[in-house]
Amino acid sequence: MSMSQEKNRPLLEVRDLGIAFATATGEVQAVTDSNFTVMPGETVAIVGESGSGKSTSALAAIGLLPSNGRVNSGQIIFDGEDITHASEKRKVKLRGSQIGMVPQDPMSNLNPVWKVGFQVRETLKANGLPSKDEDVARVLSQAGLPDADKRAKQYPHEFSGGMRQRALISIGLSCQPRLLIADEPTSALDVTVQRTILDHLQTMTDKLGTAVLLITHDLGLAAERAQKVVVMYKGRVVEAGPALQLLRNPRHPYTQKLVDSAPSLASRRIEVARARGEEVDDLLAEHPQTAMQSALKQNFVQVQDLTKVYKLRGSWGRSEDFTAVDQVSFSIPRGTTTAVVGESGSGKSTVAKMMLGLEPITSGSIVFDGQDVARLRGKEMFAFRRRVQPIFQDPYGSLDPMYNIYRTIEEPLRVHGVGSAKEREQKVRELMDQVSLPQSMLARYPNELSGGQRQRVAIARALALNPELVVCDEAVSALDVLVQAQILNLLAELQHDLGLTYLFITHDLAVVRQIADNVCVMQKGKLVETGSTDSVFENPRTEYTQQLLAAIPGAGLITAG
Amino acid sequence: MAWYLVKRLLQLIPVFLGATLLVYFLVFMTPGDPLDALCGDKGCTPGVAAALTEQYHLGDPFFVQYFSYIGGLLTGDLGVNFSGREISDVLAGAFPATVRLAIIALIFEAIFGITFGLYAGLKKGGWFDSTVLVVSLVVIAVPIFVLGFVMQYFVGVKWGLAKPTVSGAADWSDLILPGIVLGLVSFAQVLRLTRTAVAENASADYVRTATAKGLTRGRVVRVHILRNSMIPVATFLGMDLGALMGGAIVTEGIFNVPGIGNQLYKALTLGDAPMVVSVVSVMVIIFCVANLLVDLLYAWLDPRIRYA
Amino acid sequence: MPENNIENNDAAGRGLDPEARGREAAVREVRDTADTPAGSHQKDIGGPSAGLMMEHFVADATTTPVAETDSRSAEGAPVSLWRDAWRQLRKKPTFIIAALLILLVIVVALLPQLFWTENPSAASTQCLLENSNGKASAGHPMGFTAQGCDVYSRVIAGTRASLMVGLLTTIGVVVIGGLIGALAGYFGGWIDGVLARLGDVFFALPLILGALVVMQLPFFKAHRGVWTLVVVLVLFGWPQIARIMRGAVVEVRNADYVVSARSLGVSSLGILMRHIIPNAMAPVIVIATISLGTFIVAESTLSYLGIGLPPSMMSWGNDISDAKDAFRSNPMPVFWPGLALSLTVLSFIMLGDALRDALDPKARKK
Repeated sequence: MSMSQEKNRPLLEVRDLGIAFATATGEVQAVTDSNFTVMPGETVAIVGESGSGKSTSALAAIGLLPSNGRVNSGQIIFDGEDITHASEKRKVKLRGSQIGMVPQDPMSNLNPVWKVGFQVRETLKANGLPSKDEDVARVLSQAGLPDADKRAKQYPHEFSGGMRQRALISIGLSCQPRLLIADEPTSALDVTVQRTILDHLQTMTDKLGTAVLLITHDLGLAAERAQKVVVMYKGRVVEAGPALQLLRNPRHPYTQKLVDSAPSLASRRIEVARARGEEVDDLLAEHPQTAMQSALKQNFVQVQDLTKVYKLRGSWGRSEDFTAVDQVSFSIPRGTTTAVVGESGSGKSTVAKMMLGLEPITSGSIVFDGQDVARLRGKEMFAFRRRVQPIFQDPYGSLDPMYNIYRTIEEPLRVHGVGSAKEREQKVRELMDQVSLPQSMLARYPNELSGGQRQRVAIARALALNPELVVCDEAVSALDVLVQAQILNLLAELQHDLGLTYLFITHDLAVVRQIADNVCVMQKGKLVETGSTDSVFENPRTEYTQQLLAAIPGAGLITAG
Repeated sequence: MAWYLVKRLLQLIPVFLGATLLVYFLVFMTPGDPLDALCGDKGCTPGVAAALTEQYHLGDPFFVQYFSYIGGLLTGDLGVNFSGREISDVLAGAFPATVRLAIIALIFEAIFGITFGLYAGLKKGGWFDSTVLVVSLVVIAVPIFVLGFVMQYFVGVKWGLAKPTVSGAADWSDLILPGIVLGLVSFAQVLRLTRTAVAENASADYVRTATAKGLTRGRVVRVHILRNSMIPVATFLGMDLGALMGGAIVTEGIFNVPGIGNQLYKALTLGDAPMVVSVVSVMVIIFCVANLLVDLLYAWLDPRIRYA
Repeated sequence: MPENNIENNDAAGRGLDPEARGREAAVREVRDTADTPAGSHQKDIGGPSAGLMMEHFVADATTTPVAETDSRSAEGAPVSLWRDAWRQLRKKPTFIIAALLILLVIVVALLPQLFWTENPSAASTQCLLENSNGKASAGHPMGFTAQGCDVYSRVIAGTRASLMVGLLTTIGVVVIGGLIGALAGYFGGWIDGVLARLGDVFFALPLILGALVVMQLPFFKAHRGVWTLVVVLVLFGWPQIARIMRGAVVEVRNADYVVSARSLGVSSLGILMRHIIPNAMAPVIVIATISLGTFIVAESTLSYLGIGLPPSMMSWGNDISDAKDAFRSNPMPVFWPGLALSLTVLSFIMLGDALRDALDPKARKK
């Protein structure tokens, strides 16, 4: 095969692909008329929200559709060969050695009952490669796993998430496939881990000359890692082209919306102000100092040396102390948003729980408007609960599935004996308007609502008692990008209208940038940096914060554009 | 691993003590004279009553009675039954037949339950799956004594495929039909359990990943789907060992198997309370041991437990 | 296929003439090295993919309209979980068959006089020895027992006792086991530990064995009847429901909506009653339905062994026990009550199985 032929012929070509799923209510067309190509050695990203058909399209290429799915139109051509309806035998032959896969969730993709080395070995063996202990160790260490020979003898549950993903990458690339399908390979990981893993994956695929089909929900990440981006929406490819061009000059309305709501320098707060026609420059200019000054003048919430120690039960009945939150101090000025940001295990959620009075404080104090939260009992605690309300991450879990929307939003009013039944109904209707939900939804149940709508209901419930402080624990992390932007806008509007104070717990720095006035960065239970959002983002002082900022995918790209 | 085992062992002690205490308490502390319970409907002669009073320490406080009974249980000294035979001898004589019966039942339910369940689980929603599910429900629903009579009537009497009753020796071959009857209900349960586990594991992420690695379907099914589905199934089989011993009372009665269940049945009809208490206590011990074995098996099958 | 925007921009040719590769006329551009910003993670253009050309494809916006973000059409009546389960159930043949059978069994139990040809326990009814082991005949569709009694009427009359025992035991077990399980799961800690061990103690004694021991005691022998049997079966049957309830409560206990309720200031008891128990009931209802079947089996097994319901009471277990000695010569008096028993139990198990599918939380979560 000549060089030019090699270069001209796509490695993977998907033509007019249609995929349908058989469901209880009939056949559902998940993918319609999809086209994209991957050239040898090229990285192509498919971007889309959940349910857009991005994973389905890619999985169809190696015949890994769920059992109720089938390709009902179009072709999948791999290296000149039509493999759309290839025999099982042929597909087995292609998988591993020609087309590899790195799956999404490292926690569920390794078989828990087999040692990691065993799972690598069987891959090598199945594809006719040498599979001695040293081969297994070599493959694992190439994926950046330290002490690979020892690690090979361990079980997946003894690995951290990042290590498992490295093991999965080593499995995906162990037989040096020509195409690697990477399905959200790092979405389940912390940003800093995500970055090192993606860097490593890129180095490896570059060296091997492997083409990569990267599936992601994150436009920034796609633009950063791929030469070509394919945007999918509701089962169709709406736009495809060179990454940067697509990012800077999106032509399809959906892509435009997506680019608009991607993390940007303009914060939500400012956007809302702009929408109201207020002077944005003033807000920007006066903001950092004012916030800090008012913080000194009047601290609505004062957290001092907050510490939480858990007793962990170990082997032989021993208990070990685990310090989840270690001497954390910060303050929240009234009417502002303070973000606590950190990776998993940083103790940020524990801070939220203590703030809500849901976890006892080991030592230190939280003073809420002059009251020590730890000392509140009975009636005082009941009164405190009225003033502080939570919004949780999972919109599927935070609403009782047995309660309809009306009952859900009315519950706090009833519990606190607010007004008569009529007045409560009036209040519930007002709240629905405030969160922009139609009144017709009041009789519905949570399972009939979308994720964003549920989160609006959760917000309405939290606002029912006119609280002063709202603790948002990863309140937008589970939502698709566009919905996330909407909810953040709603929160910013409500803050403006009602003078709310927010404590925003999140792992996502892009979200922090969009909504917070002040930010506290936590790492392993300790507060490592605190300051106004602008100062922390412009001028991070600790190395950890710098790492976190550098790891935001695609941020640099958008700034450059 | 060691800690896990020690923990399970420590948890077993109160269960064993509690269960035997319960049995003992029920027999000796319910309204009425314990001698009435021990002597049954016909009543005892004064001599026998005196002997029983001494044997069960009836004159002593309750806990002394209980612990001497536990001591006897653990040292194999179970006293004598109505006909004056050592209960431990009676049990030792009856034990082998019941163990053989239980083993046949266990093998039957394991082999057929797992095979059918695997096939149904892999083809979930297919005609085989749907048929097997309904049939298994029917098997579970029919009480074992009805099932036993029906099988005995058709297989043993009408078609002459197997001996309808068991000879005195209770050989392996004699016990095949009663073993299958004993294992039928559990077979249906193993089948359903395997089917559910297989169907769930077949759509697990790691199975998809295994397929993506280029493994053949056969290997994916054997090494990944079946192996992982065995965790709940093996646990059930272990627990069932104890339950089968208990279930043997009906089956042994129908097929006239000279085993523990038959002895229990005889004791019941004669009102031989010492014998009933002893047999049930022994069964509690078997159940506890089976429980411990299940824990071991579980740890062996699931490394997440082993290293917890 | 949509019409594509054709537009050429900055085609700084890199030698390779773009060949018409796709089927649609699309924009082709050759990548420019200068496009890659410094410090980004773009692959170096000098790498293996050097000189690659790319199209910029845009689908026609009119054929791929962008819906309003996060809109969801909700038509028809609101669907609560129970209504949703009901919708699924009423389409299931096994559910329909099971429900109809159960209905029939209940009617037979309540109004046996509508079905039997003669009241088998009435003084006027006599079992005639001349009918002993008689074949089926007009008015006696199931033949006669060894004592010459009409099998059909006895099967009809035996329904009530079996159903009563099953129903009352299930109610008792759900109340006691449910309460213990809910407390253990909700409070956790030492309460959970103690209750779990207590459950294990009763669990170590299989239902039939435990009931055997108790039922042969003089006190119970003297007072045999539906209520004694129910008490004994509840005594040994509660741990299973307790385990299920405990598991369900533990699962629900940490749900975000429970934490939300706590931060609203709802009391512990209020949370347990208003949020946790309603959400934990589904698996309990499933197991309780199946258990109803197994308790009927337990009753008949004990009666069959001669220590269940008193012989004077008409029940399927007693009938089978009476007929078993003449089984080889006349299997029908064993077969018919056995069939009635099996069908009743089957319908409860089938109902439970259908409920399990309809109430499965995994299938429910969209």
